[in-house]
Amino acid sequence: MTPTEPIRQEVVFRGIAASAGIVWGPAYIFQKQTPVISENSVEAGHLDAEIHRLRSAVDRSRKELAKIYEFAKQKLGDHQAKIFEAQLMILEDLVLFEAIVKRILAEQKNAEYIVHDEIEKYRRVMVAATDEYTRERALDVEDVRNRILRNLRDEKLISRLDGSPVIVAPNLAAADALILSRNTILAYVTEVGGVTSHMALLARALKIPAVVGLRQLTSAVHNGDRILVDGYAGVVVVNPSPDTIKMYEEKRERYREFEERLAGLRDLPAETPDGRRVELSANVELAEELEFIKLQGADGIGLYRSESLLLGREVFPNEEEQYREYRMLVDTMYPKRVVIRTFDIGGDKFMTSQTSRENNPFLGWRGIRVMLDRPEIFLEQLRAILRVSDRRTVSIMFPMISNIKELRRAKELVEDAKGQLRSRGLAFDDKVRIGTMIEVPAAAVIVEDLAREVDFISIGTNDLIQYLLAVDRGNDIVSGLYQEFHPAVVRFLRRIIERGKESRVRVAMCGEMAGDPLATILLLGLGLDEFSVVPKVLPEIKKIIRTVKYRDAKKIAKKALTMVTEDEMKNYLADVMKKYSPDIPREEERIQE
Amino acid sequence: MIGYWVEIPRTNIRQAFTHSHFLGMIEREVVIKNRAGLHTRPAATLVKLAAKFKADFLIAKDGFEINGKSIIGVMTLAAEQGAKLLLRFSGPDEEEAAEAILQLFDRAFDEPT
Repeated sequence: MTPTEPIRQEVVFRGIAASAGIVWGPAYIFQKQTPVISENSVEAGHLDAEIHRLRSAVDRSRKELAKIYEFAKQKLGDHQAKIFEAQLMILEDLVLFEAIVKRILAEQKNAEYIVHDEIEKYRRVMVAATDEYTRERALDVEDVRNRILRNLRDEKLISRLDGSPVIVAPNLAAADALILSRNTILAYVTEVGGVTSHMALLARALKIPAVVGLRQLTSAVHNGDRILVDGYAGVVVVNPSPDTIKMYEEKRERYREFEERLAGLRDLPAETPDGRRVELSANVELAEELEFIKLQGADGIGLYRSESLLLGREVFPNEEEQYREYRMLVDTMYPKRVVIRTFDIGGDKFMTSQTSRENNPFLGWRGIRVMLDRPEIFLEQLRAILRVSDRRTVSIMFPMISNIKELRRAKELVEDAKGQLRSRGLAFDDKVRIGTMIEVPAAAVIVEDLAREVDFISIGTNDLIQYLLAVDRGNDIVSGLYQEFHPAVVRFLRRIIERGKESRVRVAMCGEMAGDPLATILLLGLGLDEFSVVPKVLPEIKKIIRTVKYRDAKKIAKKALTMVTEDEMKNYLADVMKKYSPDIPREEERIQE
Repeated sequence: MIGYWVEIPRTNIRQAFTHSHFLGMIEREVVIKNRAGLHTRPAATLVKLAAKFKADFLIAKDGFEINGKSIIGVMTLAAEQGAKLLLRFSGPDEEEAAEAILQLFDRAFDEPT
């Protein structure tokens, strides 16, 4: 930096962690221009040349893609490489290109215009499809089209970069991410994209750190800016200060050592040294997480949030659509268990078509209340779930139960759904296991009554804590009062777990607290049977369980129950943690904004 | 989404119906049997098989038709398990084409059902 340049300030961006790792280096802005297509007339005498130009552009595109496909096979294996197969086949679609050639000749227009227009017709149909699979293929079609258009303009594919940059892009197609990975790429950071995009899957497969969903990032970064990427926390720091870099150097080292040790745990059970085996399962929203969950060594899925199927939709998916999703989920996890929670809508996650506003949505029409008022929708979901229970690995769980009547009515509807399937001659597990969430304090108080009617209960701490403490944790003014370790919470949990076990049902927890390492020993000592956690923390929780004797955990829980403030409890548990698992990295070293 | 379909190039359909050899056209209804539906792999197998025959091969779903020799066309069908398709074959080797392609549908593209 020359002295005349202003010293650039450190800027922190928060996004979504898509692939783990901590790196820093110069930024390289990878921005593909959206092709501007002009409609030009071509003189009759030049039409042959236009067709020739098209053919060589298609030919070059095919060669490029064939290389990408080969490279993907080497780097990712045949299975993952298949994401490029569809694009390659489109480039070899004779019917499509015959139609394009005919139109160029008949309309006497430039190849760019006809290629764009012709492919757009198909793309639009796919974008409008009701199934996710076809909509995703629309991205393939778009990528192919852009590739042909680029080759028509005679622009080269950018595949060679200088040095080892961090790729900064508004959006990154899987093919681009892969091509760029032929260079020594430090990380990918993008403005759009989710954890489940092809690009994110690819980054994980290639073990390149990635953070996605960083709004406005590209406008704040210049080529060559120093940029730090934390793929664990989903944080990107532009122009990091020497102090920040030093802090991340330490964090990286801690994680590296820690991960080495965790890798050995994957196939080991979540069992204490004195033989108490608990189940350690994962909370899932999206099907694309399943691969990661298996790698993390989960015992099964303790919470599948079926309402994720409703995201961005105006209407409920029908039985068949749901059936396909659940089938894939259950078959992928087989022979491991899957708990499907029926639609938990309302509160903070209502569908776009639901227009009426409630003054107090968290105390309003949500969860099982909505479903019991809409039995036709509920039955459709129950039939779809029951149909995938044929392999005997599926359990059904109801959210927001607050009294026995609701639970009984929901169970009646399950029986009705079974009857409907029977009359259609479809197979299902007649003994499918039923469970209820315990997240309303009233349900916690009558847990022994509820437990008699179900096979398992699962404590949803997020809602339970906010209802118990009368704190909306989304409200900044009071969110500090939301305390996982409030003595009332811990004593309440003891009650739920004890009463549940006395009624001989499995007691699980699927709220965030189950995945908080600070709570692990306490929950273990209170007698929890199953921890269902976000996939990311799974090995860490397993490690803690495997270090503490159940006998000791019980003593620790007993002592914690005597504490009267949250601070006292947290300090005590932190001390305990330090003693048993001194190497667990804590998140408080996260960068201060 | 159905409105979009009218804009899809329906190669040869109009000419086809006025053309005399189409009088001997073969029409068959099939149901998608495999669990994953007509996704990329079976679509590719289908298109490759159809290309071996001279006969025109059209696929209709919900009243709209695409050229069965075009992968991009077949991809737009979004034909899931249980979907009903109407296949039309016409041309010198239409019987052989129909037999081979119906067999492929019958075998569920050799995929799990």
